[in-house]
Amino acid sequence: MKQRVKLFQTGEHWCCVRGQRAVVIGGQRFSARDIQMLSPGRTLSSRLLRPISRLHLRLGSDGRAASSLPKELIKRHELEIDELRPLYMDFQATTPMDPRVLDAMLPYQVNYYGNPHSKTHAFGWESESAMETARRQVADLIGADPREIIFTSGATESNNMAIKGVARFYKTKKRHVITTQTEHKCVLDSCRILASEGFSITYLPVQANGIVDLELLEASIRPDTSLLSVMTINNEIGVKQPMKEIGQICRSKGVFLHTDAAQAVGKIPINVTDMKVDLMSISGHKIYGPKGVGALYVRRRPRVRLEPLQSGGGQERGLRSGTVPTPLAVGLGAACSIAQQEMEYDHQRVSMLANRLVQKITSELPDVIMNGDAEQRYAGCVNLSFAYVEGESLLMALKDVALSSGSACTSASLEPSYVLRAIGTDEDLAHSSIRFGIGRFTTEAEVDYTAEKCITQVSRLREMSPLWEMVQEGIDLKSIKWTQH
Amino acid sequence: MAAAVRSQVISLYRMMLTESKKFPSYNYRTYALRRVRDAFRANGALEDPRAVERLVVEGQQTLALIKRQVSIGRMYATQKSVVDD
Repeated sequence: MKQRVKLFQTGEHWCCVRGQRAVVIGGQRFSARDIQMLSPGRTLSSRLLRPISRLHLRLGSDGRAASSLPKELIKRHELEIDELRPLYMDFQATTPMDPRVLDAMLPYQVNYYGNPHSKTHAFGWESESAMETARRQVADLIGADPREIIFTSGATESNNMAIKGVARFYKTKKRHVITTQTEHKCVLDSCRILASEGFSITYLPVQANGIVDLELLEASIRPDTSLLSVMTINNEIGVKQPMKEIGQICRSKGVFLHTDAAQAVGKIPINVTDMKVDLMSISGHKIYGPKGVGALYVRRRPRVRLEPLQSGGGQERGLRSGTVPTPLAVGLGAACSIAQQEMEYDHQRVSMLANRLVQKITSELPDVIMNGDAEQRYAGCVNLSFAYVEGESLLMALKDVALSSGSACTSASLEPSYVLRAIGTDEDLAHSSIRFGIGRFTTEAEVDYTAEKCITQVSRLREMSPLWEMVQEGIDLKSIKWTQH
Repeated sequence: MAAAVRSQVISLYRMMLTESKKFPSYNYRTYALRRVRDAFRANGALEDPRAVERLVVEGQQTLALIKRQVSIGRMYATQKSVVDD
């Protein structure tokens, strides 16, 4: 009952990942659900390093074991005073605030600190007018009416409001909600809560290119479907869903369409009337705005009714009570108006830089796969899988570049991203994927640096990889019969 | 474009570039320099005096913004970026 182990390269140490049971290596027993960093001298003896190719390299198919691992491979450490900062290539996780946004926000942090809901004095009036200006700026970006914009604390709250609110409001007649398997965690979790309340949820699969199948979508709509939620641009693979067609289907069947447009707003032209969208979530910190603010677009004609999540003084049309944070709302408004002006310029630049990155990497390295459709995507989110290299070890090797191997919400666990699993990526490729985020402030120098480092480190890690050796010799890995010791 | 307006635009351009070079943050600095250059280049062929004046006013406001943000950046300065030379 010996254990199959997978040996990872981490650059300095040899790691071994348990599957589900215990393993004996070099006379020492390691319990399950544990990742240990083993230095070559300590437990993993050199004679074990030699016959690596005979060890089976398949990870336990049940990802559960890996996901409950508390320790992280990349140790967190604060930067020293004279240590140079890594360059930022993780624009899908969050974005730096544009200086113009900060400039718009500061007066409301310093002097104009009134509560926008105070009706009796100048502090309240000026704060309210700033809030209404911001509302109009957000509405203009998506082609909506200002009265249809609700300020929230972020896209997660907007998603929760939309999904739970609409489903619960129409629950007497309609008990079915449809979503996709590649949605953000907050959407999937809201649906899970609804399921526990007695709703029936359909999680639509996506095709191998990450795009949802329209015929399957249309077939899943039942007479008792109240809501369909599809994200416009995926945060992990950058795939753009055909929102116009989905909107057409939903409108014809009388189903409300909600879209999580956190990654899409301000980056691609969005019009809620063209897309026939009834609810849209917007996030401030994805469009160079402040963190802690977002918006929810709720259509008024035809009216979408929501059951509010947060009760209180009836602010924001009664849908989201609580004082609207004026500085944050002003920041969101400024970010939206800047995004509207800069959309064309940013789009050209980001596309050029993304092409440059992908060209540089794929011209020097073989066996690099881009996850997600090649055309229907947002250029600034590039998710690449490097075969025969482990993602975490590559991230550790690229410590001068701030990158991520999946979404920030799931990168803490060592389970491969569920989005990559949904598009049918092989387990090994899913573990070797890195997401490069390119944004407004990325420079050519940064892209070149990232590409060079990536090429060097991937080549180095591949040199150390026994699998790569075998592939170079022309052995087809799928044909190997791995023996169990 | 009238000569006076032209020289005003040129001096505004030079001042904006000078101020943008003072950003401590590598990303903000490179963005400001690039954006100012590209914006002036894109609007270089503009003839309508009212549009030119509107843009000049906008440019002066942006110049003030850059100065403020440079000071803030200096107040909260941090280590340099890896690609910063």
